[in-house]
Amino acid sequence: MKESDISKLRFGTTMLKKGFAKMQKGGVVMDVTNADQARIAEDSSAVAVMALERVPADIRADGGVARMADPAIIQEIMDEVSIPVMAKVRIGHFVEAQALESLGVDMIDESEVLTPADPFYHVDKRKFTIPFVCGCRNLGEAVRRIWEGAAMIRTKGEAGTGNIIEAIRHQRMVTGMIRTLKDMDKTDLHKLAEEYTQSYVNSIKTLTNQKIEKNTIVFEEYRYDNVLKEVVGILKEIKELQRLPVVNFAAGGIATPADAAIMMQLGSDGVFVGSGIFKSDNPKERAKAIVEAVSHYDEPDIIAKISKNLGEAMPGIEIGTIPPEQMLQERGW
Amino acid sequence: MVRKVSIGVLGIQGAISEHIASMKAALKETNTSGKVFVVNHKEKMTDIDALIIPGGESTTISRVLHKSDLYNIISKRIKENNLPIMGTCAGCVILSKELSDNVKDVKLLNAMDMQVERNAFGRQKESFEKPIDIQGFSSPYNAVFIRAPIIKKIWGKCKVLAKIDKKIIMARQNNTLAVSFHPELTNDLRIHKYFLDMV
Repeated sequence: MKESDISKLRFGTTMLKKGFAKMQKGGVVMDVTNADQARIAEDSSAVAVMALERVPADIRADGGVARMADPAIIQEIMDEVSIPVMAKVRIGHFVEAQALESLGVDMIDESEVLTPADPFYHVDKRKFTIPFVCGCRNLGEAVRRIWEGAAMIRTKGEAGTGNIIEAIRHQRMVTGMIRTLKDMDKTDLHKLAEEYTQSYVNSIKTLTNQKIEKNTIVFEEYRYDNVLKEVVGILKEIKELQRLPVVNFAAGGIATPADAAIMMQLGSDGVFVGSGIFKSDNPKERAKAIVEAVSHYDEPDIIAKISKNLGEAMPGIEIGTIPPEQMLQERGW
Repeated sequence: MVRKVSIGVLGIQGAISEHIASMKAALKETNTSGKVFVVNHKEKMTDIDALIIPGGESTTISRVLHKSDLYNIISKRIKENNLPIMGTCAGCVILSKELSDNVKDVKLLNAMDMQVERNAFGRQKESFEKPIDIQGFSSPYNAVFIRAPIIKKIWGKCKVLAKIDKKIIMARQNNTLAVSFHPELTNDLRIHKYFLDMV
């Protein structure tokens, strides 16, 4: 038998990025701020942890500018667990992303939970070896992030509130729009692609005050006609598949096993739980219960059983009481 | 010969739908009649001829599996030697008898005489694709390694089917097949067909 040599390796391909996200399906990714919490998450069968300095509820309470976590904290968490470790960068902050890639995190979340860094552009995720997950409120945001190279999409929800309503809103916005693609012909899809790529056009108009032509470079090295063509391609794929062409998780407000299960029943491939675990009375039991809820999301008997005696969930916030400038989901476009 | 097979894909976590799609395509291309379905309850185990344990997170799959009543049923059929199983990536880990890093609480199925090292190539940025040679395959197979394990040692009846740089990445023991990469992510169905031949 011939032994294959290791010289023809290919790293960071789309297959590897999307494949990594597929391995997370049916799982729970938990926000953790230190090695002890990471240990609890792994022992509760989390599929990955999100390493942070503060959970979203604290970021919300503290105010100020929220940035990438201290790499020392991320490293401590990477050393503690064998499951993948993800970490967040500010929207558009490609240098934070480069730093996290060099550190060796397994996936980057370009996240609205942190204070955005670039008023014009999200990160060009194709330029990285490791995969990205990005938030969305609707199909347009999801499609733009996928075009930019995101390997995974999550709902934005409203992080740090313990209130599921925004995550459900965003999931329904995406699936509702996907259903309408079914009856769209080529012309309609093209019109929609023009609408969805308008934000790139607006950014370049603001920056250059130029008229946009077919060959105008609108983002990094990409010409407008190519962006448009590729976005039409993504829309065609979504129309065909009747789902996003990448793994789609729920995030932003999940606090109970039933919250996790309703997102799964609405079509999510898995869930992120931010403040919901470590801001609750009994993180260990709640973490395990949420993992079980995701595995058995369509079995009411199990959901009822595992929801018993979990103690208090995190304190919730009514969305209407949040001042508009503090709505995290409004960040990014 | 008309044969009808019933293949289950362990439905705890990971690339479940991808294995179902690949195996359905393999059945179609080999003109085999049969069905492929998710095994997430013990009732689903009663009429299966073969099982696939997909890629995902090995700690998650093994812990959830061990807590469910599926663990004992699968273990029993392994002991009776009447359940062909293919494990890919995390599934390869779970089929082994030993782990080199000896993680606590990861409950293995002890189906194959092998020791596995998890995340043996490193973290996600070291994940890679590469054409490999597999024993019995006439041309190279593009293998996708995602935080992949390797088979560090084999003994007893376990046989090597493929290596990369002296590291074992595919092995077989009787009717059990361990693959450290992800055949369910590509359109090349040869490994699914190979497993089908074992059923």
